[in-house]
Amino acid sequence: MTDWRPPLALIGAWLGLLALLALTVTLAYVPLGAGNAAVALIIGTIKAGLVAAIFMELRHRSGLTLVFAGAGLFWLGILLYLGSMDFLTRT
Amino acid sequence: MPDSSAFAPQYASIPHRDHTAELGMWVFIATEVLLFGGLILAYFVYRHAFPQGFAAGSRHTEIVIGTANTAVLLTSSFLVAWAVEVFSPATTRIVTWLLVGAACLGLVFIALKGIEYSKEYDEHLVPGIDFQFAGPKANGVQLFFIFYFIATAIHALHMLIGICLLLTLATICRKAPTTRHHTALHSAALYWHFVDVVWIFLFALIYLPGRSTS
Repeated sequence: MTDWRPPLALIGAWLGLLALLALTVTLAYVPLGAGNAAVALIIGTIKAGLVAAIFMELRHRSGLTLVFAGAGLFWLGILLYLGSMDFLTRT
Repeated sequence: MPDSSAFAPQYASIPHRDHTAELGMWVFIATEVLLFGGLILAYFVYRHAFPQGFAAGSRHTEIVIGTANTAVLLTSSFLVAWAVEVFSPATTRIVTWLLVGAACLGLVFIALKGIEYSKEYDEHLVPGIDFQFAGPKANGVQLFFIFYFIATAIHALHMLIGICLLLTLATICRKAPTTRHHTALHSAALYWHFVDVVWIFLFALIYLPGRSTS
């Protein structure tokens, strides 16, 4: 019989993502001042990293695929960094 | 898994063809990252200019629906990743059902989004159609809801395209799947997971701010 069961890594990633979702919603109600926005974005980034590494299989990839996948992030970094500099440094 | 037909002349082998498809998908995803990136840059600029208005706007969104939708989308991504992982001629049945299940969860997401939109319409929070908000924060709240509707509508459009892709693949993969089908499914899965990642960030930017203050 062919194995149709999901690998443990997938189940772990799914449960981890749901746990992080519960954590981020809970922390949103804890007064942390400016820390709330940072916590929400950090947890969001961890969730995105889990999806990319496990669901999108990037942990099994190397070299060229990672460069192609990272290119989007590289350009996004330029967009957000240069785009927000003007507004963040205005007095 | 059988290789249905010869590969096109520009490829050296079937793995070469499949790897090229994957790289192409990542290039497409990079363009999508920049599409949503532009929106998110606009969000940060206006949140920086109207911090109170954005917090107030965020408190008017339905966090229960937003959280449920995030869980629905994460689960549907899990089903698609599962289908890609076990794909073989012997598992066509389960793969078909996993893809149909993921597409149904996508439809649940769209339905919940529709309920949310109608609630916001009832609360007069739709800029350009019916927007009423009293007080000094009105401008910031209006900008927040402009971002909210544009970003979630573009995301929902991506969801609808993804649902069509998943259902098409569920139909095609039912009979005698080949390595080409596996590659097609893998590309569609990358797209579906990307739409999930976009939602993870939209959720953090739309629903979570301003919850700890009043």
